Amino acid sequence: MNGVHDMGGMHGLGPVGPEPREPVFHEPWEGRVFALRARTARWLRGRDMGSHRFELERIAAADYLRMSYYARWFTVLVDRLLRCGLIATRELERGAADAGRPQPTLLPPSAGDQVSGGRLDVALTPRFRPAQPVRARNMHPRGHTRLPRYARGKLGTVVRTHGIFALQDTDETGQRLGDYPQHVYTVRFTARELWGDQASDRDSVYVDLWEGYLEPA
Amino acid sequence: MADDHEHQTVPSDIALRVKALESVLVEKEMVDRAELDAVVDTYENRIGPRNGARVVARAWTDPVYKARLLANATEAIAELGYGGAQGEHMVVVENAPKVHNLVVCTLCSCYPWPTLGLPPVWYKSAGYRSRAVIDPRGVLREFGLEPPDDVEIRVWDSTAEIRYLVLPERPADTEHLTEAELAELVTRDSMIGVATVASPRTGDAA
Repeated sequence: MNGVHDMGGMHGLGPVGPEPREPVFHEPWEGRVFALRARTARWLRGRDMGSHRFELERIAAADYLRMSYYARWFTVLVDRLLRCGLIATRELERGAADAGRPQPTLLPPSAGDQVSGGRLDVALTPRFRPAQPVRARNMHPRGHTRLPRYARGKLGTVVRTHGIFALQDTDETGQRLGDYPQHVYTVRFTARELWGDQASDRDSVYVDLWEGYLEPA
Repeated sequence: MADDHEHQTVPSDIALRVKALESVLVEKEMVDRAELDAVVDTYENRIGPRNGARVVARAWTDPVYKARLLANATEAIAELGYGGAQGEHMVVVENAPKVHNLVVCTLCSCYPWPTLGLPPVWYKSAGYRSRAVIDPRGVLREFGLEPPDDVEIRVWDSTAEIRYLVLPERPADTEHLTEAELAELVTRDSMIGVATVASPRTGDAA
């Protein structure tokens, strides 16, 4: 989706603001959110095929920019647990489990969340090869996509193939509909192609792109 | 500063709300408090940029290892015992006198956890994510780095499942140092590409 999360190339979003001797977690609750997300993943299996990334992207733009990173994670985690019926609003408000509610059980994965992460061992002939010129497609899907806006429609060169990975894109409701295994390529775009004459003629941006994002140029 | 900026609008009760969620999930036996503690401890104390620094120091001292690292980073990093979540598909990009590499994730926060730990706030900030691709030299200036015009900047946007680690240049006057001493010089920021590694003698970056 063309959301505010897709911010490569935007102006006016402030300084980088590095912090000396930054702790891993700034407050204990941030570490708890990180750990809760890791340890509840198996409970969502079979219940919620949604994408953590797409849920983050769907946070209203003004809120997304205002919230800290782990506050966004917490918002998404609570939404998913509520939606799957694993917890109830009343329980959250009281900070205690409702004795009347049935104990959740672990479910086996459903077809939808067997969608893979990582490199897939399937046979697929790559459509592109290193050194080949390619153009990133001009596409604007409403779901999750890994083709950043700044690269769309731009001419680049394949520099490397990485093997086959499951496409991570979702539809506009956040559902992943299958593996869609595709080759992933690193594509080099010159800074001039992306940003025009103001950019350095030496610099470039390398973007990892699934095959379906690309067309021959 | 980044901290104040990032946190001032977070609802003040978020710590309480997180605590409430944890209590509910523990009571329902969906999570175990000791396991949560272990996850936090792992990323606060066990997995961090010292891992990446050891990879860099090994590459600086062992040309055969460096060749393996550049050819198949995931396997070469695993030789030192590092791997797992967010490091399953690693690529190492090498700085050179005329090449400077910079890593970003414009869409979110992708980062090589096994070698660098969890990303700092600035790496996930709107300022960094928006500007690293369009104005890498301006971003580097903010970190005190000004590569000359004849140095090529390569920005790596981690949009898929490949994670990037920068192999910084070995600084001058380090011939006498052991691999462990070299690892002490390597900073997290130099492996993201917003810093170079300073020479221990002069303090100057390479």
